[in-house]
Amino acid sequence: MSSLSALLVRDMRIGVRVGGGAIMGVLFFLVVVTMTPFAIGPDLALLKRIGPAILWLAALLASLLALDRLFAADHEDGSLDLLLMSRAPLELVVAVKGLAHWLTTGLPLVVAAPLIGLLLNLDPAAQGALVLTLLVGTPSLTFIGLIGAAIAVALRRGGLLLAILVLPLTVPVLIFGVAAANAAMVGPTPFGTPFTILCALTLMSLVIGPFAAAAALRQEME
Amino acid sequence: MPLTDLANPSRFLSLANRAIPWLGGVTVIAFAFGLSQVMGAPDDYQQGATVKIMYLHVPAAWLGMMAWAVMSAGALGTLVWRHPLADVAAKAAAPIGASFALLCLVTGSLWGRPEWGTYWVWDARLTSELVLFLLYLAVIALWRTVEDPSRAARAAAILTLVGAVDLPIIKFSVDWWNTLHQGTSFGLTGSTIYPTMLIPLLIMAVAFTLLFVTLHLAAMRNEILRRRVRTMRLMQASAVS
Repeated sequence: MSSLSALLVRDMRIGVRVGGGAIMGVLFFLVVVTMTPFAIGPDLALLKRIGPAILWLAALLASLLALDRLFAADHEDGSLDLLLMSRAPLELVVAVKGLAHWLTTGLPLVVAAPLIGLLLNLDPAAQGALVLTLLVGTPSLTFIGLIGAAIAVALRRGGLLLAILVLPLTVPVLIFGVAAANAAMVGPTPFGTPFTILCALTLMSLVIGPFAAAAALRQEME
Repeated sequence: MPLTDLANPSRFLSLANRAIPWLGGVTVIAFAFGLSQVMGAPDDYQQGATVKIMYLHVPAAWLGMMAWAVMSAGALGTLVWRHPLADVAAKAAAPIGASFALLCLVTGSLWGRPEWGTYWVWDARLTSELVLFLLYLAVIALWRTVEDPSRAARAAAILTLVGAVDLPIIKFSVDWWNTLHQGTSFGLTGSTIYPTMLIPLLIMAVAFTLLFVTLHLAAMRNEILRRRVRTMRLMQASAVS
């Protein structure tokens, strides 16, 4: 068990230190949200209505951003081979790496969302609902992304391919994340209905992600 | 003949070479018969002749999903049994499946324009079909990115199995959500389509399936030949140096 916690600490350190992607993700998130009013005009009523969608889309893109380094960096310096040879099950290793990745790139997005939501004229109730959906939904984005990151680990154009592979699979998360946030703002469906489906999607990806990613890594590294 | 006998590519090639002309002929006959039945089928009392798009749309949708099922079977064959032709089957099915999914989307929107008043709505069935099409493109992109066929096969197999989650979502989307797309009208328990329309539809479905089998066999044959050419080129290159 201690090897897994050591891996968690190591990955989080790499994430927050120089060259890590943790702060970049939040900055990207902020920049994308800032760009949208320039594109659609500073109409506050409109921004309020589509605010959750913009924040979710920005969070989706931001969480994609750092994914291609998730296994590729370990592959380049050889530590991935050590992880594959370690006694801990590869599925757990992958899950721990996913957890560390979410803690360093996903969680900052959730924390920053209320502040950035102010730019989009979201009221406090909507902010709370939005943060809750992001808190539940972003782990799912990370763990679906694990699969793509593992498949694209040894490719030169990995980053571009990764987006093509992962984005279609994240469609349900996006739909129910935005639906839950909108339900809390305007109704008519109660917040719980799409939100519980979002929870289910996250639980599913928490299971499928590590297994598929571990299988992909084993095949790639053979 | 057991499946293991076909593991020998040469044996598969000789079988495919013998089968493809026959299958092609039967496909043409099935389409000719099916289309003549479609022309003879009655117009809908509301939609008029527009209903005839359905005879292309529904089989294309079925085959679009079946191709992914074939790819999933191929993916299992690659990962579990290491059957040498499984990845060839999976790779060959992807562009065909993508074409059927695109045909389904295009015919659907051509029908939707006069009937729903719009080419496209973001409804659960349409969206999940579009996602299926995007997944096909993703798998094709993956095949085209990895140079070594056996490594590409294993990566594509995992993506295929993960993407198979979309199939039940498409199938049951009309039952789970309130969609503009009509609900299930045909199943094991019976059909709400009148026989004069149902029979041409089923004949067209058979014709589409035959078309898929023919194209799939031909694409598999081409893929095997393409790999042989690749190996020969590599051998030639290493012989020169």
